[in-house]
Amino acid sequence: MTLLQHVPSEAQVRRSAYRHRQTVYSVLVAASSTAALGTLLVIAVTGAPGWDRVRQSFLDPTIARDALPAVLSGLWLNVRLLVCCAAGALVLGLVIAVLRTLRGPIFFPVRALAAGYTYTFRGLPLIIVLYLLTLGVPGLRLQGMPPVLVLGGIALILTYGGYLAEVFRAGIESVHPSQLAAARSLGLTYRQTMRHVVVPQAVRRVAPPLLNDVVALQKDVGLVSLAGPIDAVRAAQIATAQTFNYTPYIVAGVLFVLLAIPLIAVTDWVTLRAARRQSGG
Amino acid sequence: MASSSRLLALSLAGAVVAATAGCAPQVEKPMPTVTTSPSCAKDSLPTRTPGKLTIATDQPAYEPWFSKDKPDNGEGFESAVAYAVAEKLGYARADVTWTRVKFDTAIAPGPKDFDFDINQFSITDERKQAVDFSAPYYLVRQTVIALKSSKIAGKKSLADFRDARLGAQVGTTSYQAITDVLKPASKPQVYNSNDDAKKALQNGQIDGLVVDLPTAFYITGAEITDATIVGQVPQVGTPEAFGLLLDKNSPLTSCVTGAVGQLGEAGTLKQLEEKWLAQVAGAAELR
Repeated sequence: MTLLQHVPSEAQVRRSAYRHRQTVYSVLVAASSTAALGTLLVIAVTGAPGWDRVRQSFLDPTIARDALPAVLSGLWLNVRLLVCCAAGALVLGLVIAVLRTLRGPIFFPVRALAAGYTYTFRGLPLIIVLYLLTLGVPGLRLQGMPPVLVLGGIALILTYGGYLAEVFRAGIESVHPSQLAAARSLGLTYRQTMRHVVVPQAVRRVAPPLLNDVVALQKDVGLVSLAGPIDAVRAAQIATAQTFNYTPYIVAGVLFVLLAIPLIAVTDWVTLRAARRQSGG
Repeated sequence: MASSSRLLALSLAGAVVAATAGCAPQVEKPMPTVTTSPSCAKDSLPTRTPGKLTIATDQPAYEPWFSKDKPDNGEGFESAVAYAVAEKLGYARADVTWTRVKFDTAIAPGPKDFDFDINQFSITDERKQAVDFSAPYYLVRQTVIALKSSKIAGKKSLADFRDARLGAQVGTTSYQAITDVLKPASKPQVYNSNDDAKKALQNGQIDGLVVDLPTAFYITGAEITDATIVGQVPQVGTPEAFGLLLDKNSPLTSCVTGAVGQLGEAGTLKQLEEKWLAQVAGAAELR
């Protein structure tokens, strides 16, 4: 028994070789243009008259090493807050969006309240919300006042819940009415329709903008530091004040970017997958 | 090639950004050295009124630097220092006359109608452009303040702050005092401004707030009246220094500086600080 070997035709071999050549060629062109641009940028920056002073005050390896532990422990606070606030804001946003899309005159006050909430908290600067919650609310001197971190987290959840609610609502309203009609004609209740038909499609559609808001939230959680806790940027600020050198800020900035990369990668992957689904590929 | 001009523009933009990012370094000026020249005898001193010493301060003059807004009673830290300096220069109490000059007027350039002014002037390089300063007669201390109802009110030892929640303004010597000297078990709370920190103190979110001593007197005296000064922290970091203010290039500067230097070496300044700030004004030393 002889196995039939697949022998590509002459034309196929030529085609593959051509494709291979083209791939190599385009990689080479991309590499050389990147190298050229990089070289130009390096020459422009390092050749500048003030480069030495900038390098000393922003890129000092010793100071970076000394500041790293403090900035890292501050970053741990950012990460914990981010996880809790992102979860809280996603849940709150979805709840508000569902309330805003309820049908029927009886739910008018609920819709109005939900709408008022999104208008207010998208309009209010986050810093003011933080001040009110972290320094204003404790002034009430109530029993069982939560610690300042919890209050700061609530401020972030309230603000970002407003943004995310609008994203969710856009997703819910983008689901075609025929889907709703089909679901109702099958005998599903309104709640079941939302639960099994509308919301899953809506969430999948708006996943990229949702994650985008979470990336933005990652940078804003640090603002709770105005109420006392030391986050990564605050730790960098303290180190900078002690050394009169801005390198700690660069350290914090690099860490933030590294922290954002996985989130952004997930966003890109979700977007790509959604696009492939849409095009029926 | 269209892209080469774009690259050139990019690199130029990069160069501009890099060139404007640098900033001029601060030039450190040396402190005036303590000198005692033989011409500092009372008779040869070119004071405004020969044989008399004219000392200025602001109106009103606040506790604990002065007492009852009367600089000539010798009570209060700065009044006591002024008379001690006068005595070192050879002036009896009767030869000292006081005049009142607004703080901002005193540090502005222009002729002065006093021999020296004592009014909690921090010695800074900017002010040295316009006026002369003597050697420092006081290095500003860091202080813990707390609400009278707080658990740390009335504590006397540094070890008592181990489990206190302390706060300070970011990037200040006050923050250093927490991390380097008081070393509480919990992380210090850091604020953008003393206003935020005072709010947190009032809310009970922190037990104690660390500020410098003049600020502490102001906060406990005028702003948060149910707060009290717990005590002074041992010296830390690079403190602000108060100096006597004189006219720019005043012929008296070196003699006044010499007198302040001698008072410092003799321990007189320390004693006055202990008496008027720690005992009378109630900012006890934490040990």
